Amino acid sequence: MKLKTLSEKTVKRIEAEYTKYPDKRSVTLPALRIVQEDNAHISESAMADIATLLGLTPIQVYEVATFYSQYNLKPVGKYFIQVCKTLACSLVGAGSIVDYLQEKLGIAVGETTQDGLFTLKLVECLAACGGAPMMQINDRYYEGLNPERVDRILSDLKKYGTSDLATGPFMLPVMQG
Amino acid sequence: MADYELILFKNMAKTGYDGSLKAYQQEGGYAALKRVLSDFSPADVIDEVKKSGLRGRGGAGFPAGLKWSFIPKDYKGPRYLCCNADESEPGTYKDRQLMERDPHQMLEGMAICCYAIGAQKAYIYIRGEFDLGAEILNDAIDEACTAKVLGKDIFGSGFNLEIVVHRGAGAYICGEETALLESIEGKRGKPRIKPPFPAIHGLYQEPTVINNVETLANIPHIINKGASWFAGIGTEKSTGTKIYSVSGHVKRPGNFEAPMGVTLREIIYDFAGGIKGDKQLKAVIPGGASAPFMTPEQIDTPMDFDSIKAIGSMLGSAAITVMDETTCIVWAAMNLMEFFHHESCGQCTPCREGSAWILQILRRIENGLGEETDLALLEELCGRIGGNTVCAFGDAEIGPILSTIKHFRAEYENHIREKCCPLRPKARLAMAH
Repeated sequence: MKLKTLSEKTVKRIEAEYTKYPDKRSVTLPALRIVQEDNAHISESAMADIATLLGLTPIQVYEVATFYSQYNLKPVGKYFIQVCKTLACSLVGAGSIVDYLQEKLGIAVGETTQDGLFTLKLVECLAACGGAPMMQINDRYYEGLNPERVDRILSDLKKYGTSDLATGPFMLPVMQG
Repeated sequence: MADYELILFKNMAKTGYDGSLKAYQQEGGYAALKRVLSDFSPADVIDEVKKSGLRGRGGAGFPAGLKWSFIPKDYKGPRYLCCNADESEPGTYKDRQLMERDPHQMLEGMAICCYAIGAQKAYIYIRGEFDLGAEILNDAIDEACTAKVLGKDIFGSGFNLEIVVHRGAGAYICGEETALLESIEGKRGKPRIKPPFPAIHGLYQEPTVINNVETLANIPHIINKGASWFAGIGTEKSTGTKIYSVSGHVKRPGNFEAPMGVTLREIIYDFAGGIKGDKQLKAVIPGGASAPFMTPEQIDTPMDFDSIKAIGSMLGSAAITVMDETTCIVWAAMNLMEFFHHESCGQCTPCREGSAWILQILRRIENGLGEETDLALLEELCGRIGGNTVCAFGDAEIGPILSTIKHFRAEYENHIREKCCPLRPKARLAMAH
């Protein structure tokens, strides 16, 4: 089996998924996620490699990679900011958060900052409607956004790579005493 | 807030409860599973769930016990349970809380279901954006397998169950049960034509039950306290409690657990503290984006499957989005149509093309370019989508349009006559893209 792009480490991670399913084709989604985690985006040659691994045709992987919105087929910044624009968030100010982010980062929606740190995108509902307006950056949610919180989050990410303003195990309203 | 008995949120409402296996077992967790494995036949479990009256919490409200009973009893091959944790109906964020705060409650419910339907393998289909939820579930499964309350030979009963977390990758349609199956099989999330139903030909063409997180989380409580206790909560035909996710223009948004059948008025003005800034209520969506809009005059309707249906909307996921008097209804309908247009899987022409046409017409009305004939055109387009698609998405996407035209016709006509949006400053239109 000759692969063009995927590293040995990525292949090992994909192979570890095989035991979870009776059919190898089911590993298509996990494999695309793993490739994206290891390479930041998914190239067509990586898709072809996944197809080779799973015994599929390249189009069977390509059609999945282009169907789901979370797969990045082009490189994105180190911090991928996705602001929810669906009704609950838009009712309570998602629009002004997007305006604020565009101004602060000096980029329009869909663009990446020149230093490669931030990409800004609008997305549909992320199931955090009680904490609206909200955004996802990489693998964490940030809710109850206002300009001050956005400032803190971006500066934390630049300095530490994480922010303690990320939402932990979710509860709203908080019921514990 | 009135003092209703909590079932699903009971553990997590306690100070210091961390959702770990130890904490869950201290509250009596996994006792229901243990009892089922020693004292119940699979048919006994299904019977108990049937008697409880539990209806699916994902939106359709199908009786859970009846669904389980459709799995062929004499089938020799594998059967599957898929837990629908895709939580993608706009306005809904309850399953996230159930999974992240008390994961074992849902896992125990899954195990009981698997015993009842004879499944040894279950998948949790969790939406791709829930990284934290997936981490928490994977940790909880590992913890439970180590303690032998899940995995091989559970409680020494000989019953085996493997639970796998399968992560989605950003597609609303995968909350539709057959699209969810396609997605686990590694394909695009395109709904299947039914019949055959998943109970006969489901995941990998094997008999499969698909249940929502909240539905499954109720199961241990039904076993512990009995079907008649559960059936005594809520209304006659919508039993138990419901988690109401409230968002939009309210003072205190959140997930509130209360019996089925409380009124929207109580949820909005009591649980959620009323309208922000004490403004007037203008419109409310009672069950996620797919549910037709309701008016302030209708908020004394009980929140149960049949009462909400009777006034022309649907309980759906009981995700309540509240809009105050400053909200432009045409803009709100347009916002939801952007969502539906983006999320249409593209399989059926009426839905794929129709959503684009409707969105285009709504945009021109909102931008002051609407024409006198547009409302009739919208209604005609909706009529050509409804009932003409493989899945319920087509019917869902026309709900917000037809209901807003019905209840707020004058506002649409105002936009067209005045050639502008009377309620929304131009700057906000940027969100249309």
